[in-house]
Amino acid sequence: MTDMTLPFAPVEELGTESYLDEGHTVMSWLGTTDHKRIAILYALSITVFFFIGGVAIALVRLELVSPQGLFLTSDEYNRLFTMHGIIMVWFFLVPSIPATMGNFMLPLMIGAEDVAFPRLNLISWYLYVIGAAFTVYVLIAGGVDTGWTFYPPFSSNYSHSNVVAAAAGVFVVGFSSIATGVNFLTTIHMLRAPGMTWFRLPLFVWSMYTVSIVMVLATPVLAMSLLLLTAERVFGLPIFDASAGGDPILFQHLFWFYSHPAVYIMILPAMGVVSEVLACFSRKHVFGYAFMVYAMFTIAVIGFMVWGHHMFVAGQSPFANLVFSFLSFIVAVPSAIKVFNWLGTMYRGHIGFEAPMIYALGFLGLFTIGGLTGLFLASVPIDIATTDSYFVVAHFHTIMVGGTVSAYMAGIHYWWPKVTGRLYNEFWAQFAAITMFLGFNVTFLPQFIMGWEGMPRRYHIYPEVFQAYHVISSFGALILAVAYLMPLIYLSLSLINGERAGDNPWHARGLEWQTSSPPPKKNFRTPPRIDRDPYDYDVREEPPEPKIGKAL
Amino acid sequence: MTNGAAGTLEAGLQEPWPTRALQREGVGVGMWIFLASEVLFFSGLLITYAVYRSLYAEAFRVAAARTDIVYGAINTMILLTSSLTMTVALRAATAQLRQLAIGCLIATAALGLAFLAVKGLEYYGDYTKGLILGAHFALAPPETQLFWMLYWVMTGVHAIHLTAGILIVLTIAILFERRIVPLQASTTEGVAIYWHFVDCVWLVLFPLLYLVGR
Amino acid sequence: MSLDQFTTAASDYAHSIDRLFWLLVIVSGLIVGLVSVIIVVFLAKYRRGSKAKRSEMPEWLSGEVEIGWTAATLFLFLFIFWWASTRELIALTPPPGALEIHVVAKQWMWRIQHPSGVREIDELHVPSDTPVRLAMTSEDVIHDLYLPALRLKQDILPDRYTYLWFTATKTGTFHLTCAEYCGTDHSVMAGKLVIVAPQDYARWTAAQPQGDDLAHQGEALFRSLGCSGCHTPGSSVHAPDLHGVYGHLVQLADGRTVVANEAYLRDSILLPNKDIVAGYSPIMPSFSGVATAGQLVELLAYLKSLSSDASRDGAQQ
Repeated sequence: MTDMTLPFAPVEELGTESYLDEGHTVMSWLGTTDHKRIAILYALSITVFFFIGGVAIALVRLELVSPQGLFLTSDEYNRLFTMHGIIMVWFFLVPSIPATMGNFMLPLMIGAEDVAFPRLNLISWYLYVIGAAFTVYVLIAGGVDTGWTFYPPFSSNYSHSNVVAAAAGVFVVGFSSIATGVNFLTTIHMLRAPGMTWFRLPLFVWSMYTVSIVMVLATPVLAMSLLLLTAERVFGLPIFDASAGGDPILFQHLFWFYSHPAVYIMILPAMGVVSEVLACFSRKHVFGYAFMVYAMFTIAVIGFMVWGHHMFVAGQSPFANLVFSFLSFIVAVPSAIKVFNWLGTMYRGHIGFEAPMIYALGFLGLFTIGGLTGLFLASVPIDIATTDSYFVVAHFHTIMVGGTVSAYMAGIHYWWPKVTGRLYNEFWAQFAAITMFLGFNVTFLPQFIMGWEGMPRRYHIYPEVFQAYHVISSFGALILAVAYLMPLIYLSLSLINGERAGDNPWHARGLEWQTSSPPPKKNFRTPPRIDRDPYDYDVREEPPEPKIGKAL
Repeated sequence: MTNGAAGTLEAGLQEPWPTRALQREGVGVGMWIFLASEVLFFSGLLITYAVYRSLYAEAFRVAAARTDIVYGAINTMILLTSSLTMTVALRAATAQLRQLAIGCLIATAALGLAFLAVKGLEYYGDYTKGLILGAHFALAPPETQLFWMLYWVMTGVHAIHLTAGILIVLTIAILFERRIVPLQASTTEGVAIYWHFVDCVWLVLFPLLYLVGR
Repeated sequence: MSLDQFTTAASDYAHSIDRLFWLLVIVSGLIVGLVSVIIVVFLAKYRRGSKAKRSEMPEWLSGEVEIGWTAATLFLFLFIFWWASTRELIALTPPPGALEIHVVAKQWMWRIQHPSGVREIDELHVPSDTPVRLAMTSEDVIHDLYLPALRLKQDILPDRYTYLWFTATKTGTFHLTCAEYCGTDHSVMAGKLVIVAPQDYARWTAAQPQGDDLAHQGEALFRSLGCSGCHTPGSSVHAPDLHGVYGHLVQLADGRTVVANEAYLRDSILLPNKDIVAGYSPIMPSFSGVATAGQLVELLAYLKSLSSDASRDGAQQ
């Protein structure tokens, strides 16, 4: 009978079947409301777009080997870098960790059967697909050339490309974000298992909570700015058009009010993943758990107050510059705290070198570098010199690729056994992780240097003096491309003939590891009661060896 | 769509909610969070309005004087009444009074449609007054275009939200009527919260668009 | 083209920015070095299976240490903010009596107009050791004038003026380019910044093809565009007298008082109903689409010449 104290009904009629066994038809996937299947739908979709965005930039980096260009016209080049930006930001990075790992792990980590609104969850994926369809249309129709930032008056009155379709795609996929955020916040508030108090939540759950706040509050402002831009372009309404008294800088304010918090949408989940991985592979509780939680909230809140640092040279007042600069320095403090606490987590732990850990360590180093270069840019005079140059390009890629993508890969590898029930080949995973780290540095360190020296961004033809840097950077991009292809291969092989993982190959203490791999449809065969802190590893005992995959 | 253990749980309970009470609370929480995002959505427009009004106060006064306050006032009354019928529908659903609940939902939708009809008449009137932006815009100075741009976009976005609301209200009325979904408070409450929000947006738009020029 | 044209620090301001940059590089290098060393040491010492001591850390260690490094980080970041802001605040006030050069950016070229009337395309000659103020506007989309050797850039907007000022100290030819994506040929919208000694600048100006200086051209426009029809004493139309208006306070019909700077004068010509002067009716027609960006530059130069305080370069942007 219904037990009112349980978070879900008794599940005695479940056997040994996992969520993967519940239906094998295409419709059982496309019509699913199981958060785990939806997570996989998202993972497949964003992987496709990651590679499309990757092809775009591969063409760009190939073209940049010569200062005069090789095989592209300037219009084609401008469209390629724009498509790269739009696809990577909105169709890969923003959904990456929340829609895949958040969807899969959040209910497991709080002891729930599913998210609060499973059908809304499926709708959010379909919103992604519709937005993606617009983007595919744009790709086929020749692309858009405004830069991912869509600034008017170029985008409203001058561009001859598919601005409206591109804006429509971003508009729609934004609602996917909002739906995910609404779902996660309600889930965390209302469906925690008995005993799962707020301060027993894993840090990944806290990262999903804080990122959901940002997604829900920031994304609508992007939607409105794109709506207004589209109205101006399609109906000729003078909104940002100075001839009727309109102001193009108003667009920039509206756009960056979302797009700065957007970068925190991209990094907060990464921080959550890194906390989980470091705890498991140091076999130790996360140092300073409370500070880690407060730091994420501080980042989420103050992240809404710094958008003007993208506009130091846009024509805003010097007073505004001062205020935004100050707040940008402040928002860097909680990020620094988190780096120290991650180091503190490793201190006196039992450290393993499995692939998830290599990615997490790469994150630590690269996030530190990326964050420090943020201080350069928060300083108004340095920003005046370096904004719109490759210095900025290198800065944000260090955070988004060096940071978020590293954490995404860490999470993929960490939770792969849980999601699929299989092990991947550990040697190739470690090899790919190291290759990615090296490829990243070869690609972006030259960009910091040439940016400071005066190489502007979004340039198809460039001064010859910078060619050496571009060639090195493009070579690095080639290394990265190879590194990204490797997981595609060994993870696919793992699905075909990887060893069975067992419930908990990493011997981790997280709640998601206390159920089978892969989990049953309703997540837990016996309803969990929580009576301990997360990460309650005992550092004094000898750690068991993790079960790792060897087959290829 | 009931929970796993066959037949023992209350009808209308969705996975993964353990009880109807928690589900109702959850739907409320979810809807309020969604409304927070809607507030931010309209905020972009309100900020735009505030910025341009502060720059071009005189032009806004001239432009806003051309809005039709009679239509605006009628629409305000229609929408407020629809919030009343929506509230009654919710109370009726909670008390399981089928006829009253479904009747009031239909009345709410009807009032919403009435609002749209009046709006349509008003838009036509604006068109004949030359207030469509473009080559034939009737007012000088040029900054009056900014006010009217905001009028069209703000009322347009509101109307889209209202239309969505009407469709949702009609949908749940039909689902209740045909007993596809049992009459229950959680569904109705979520829709009611959304409906009242659309009404509140209008209550902000009305003074900004109709009362400013007068 | 050599890298020097980008990396030379051609002003004292540029030097001070370089110092700040290297300070940040050193601080960052130390922090990255520290973090890397810590990671490597931990990986070695605490690897799974090693014999290092792993007892629990004492409670007080975690609380104090956390607060300690939070405070230290905050102070360090505030110090950097202070250092950077003072560089910024020093450079904030435009120098009085600066040589004012007009820049008009359009897809995909630069039009420069010197006060002497000399025009340049894609090249900006400036005298060294002289305060220079660039008044910049765009004819189409947003551009950005980037002068790497001066470590300066500023977005350039349509229908508005933005400003860049500097005192160059090193002569030579340096890079000038656009730094706000503006369409197809954004990457080839480049030119030269030519810094010459003041006497060479004077010689160069004199050697250019004769052209009336901007103010005289503006005076001719004032008549040919019909401004003098209303804005002269004795006109039947009640219009404000423009003598001495530039740089002074103006009382507006809605009660505000504003300074008649370039932006105000420009708006009065293009958007005459924006700020109506107290005691006057909004009857002035707009010259938007009638006067080109270049003609506006000349009109403004003329209006400025009518003011006895022509050297006061506007109290604010």
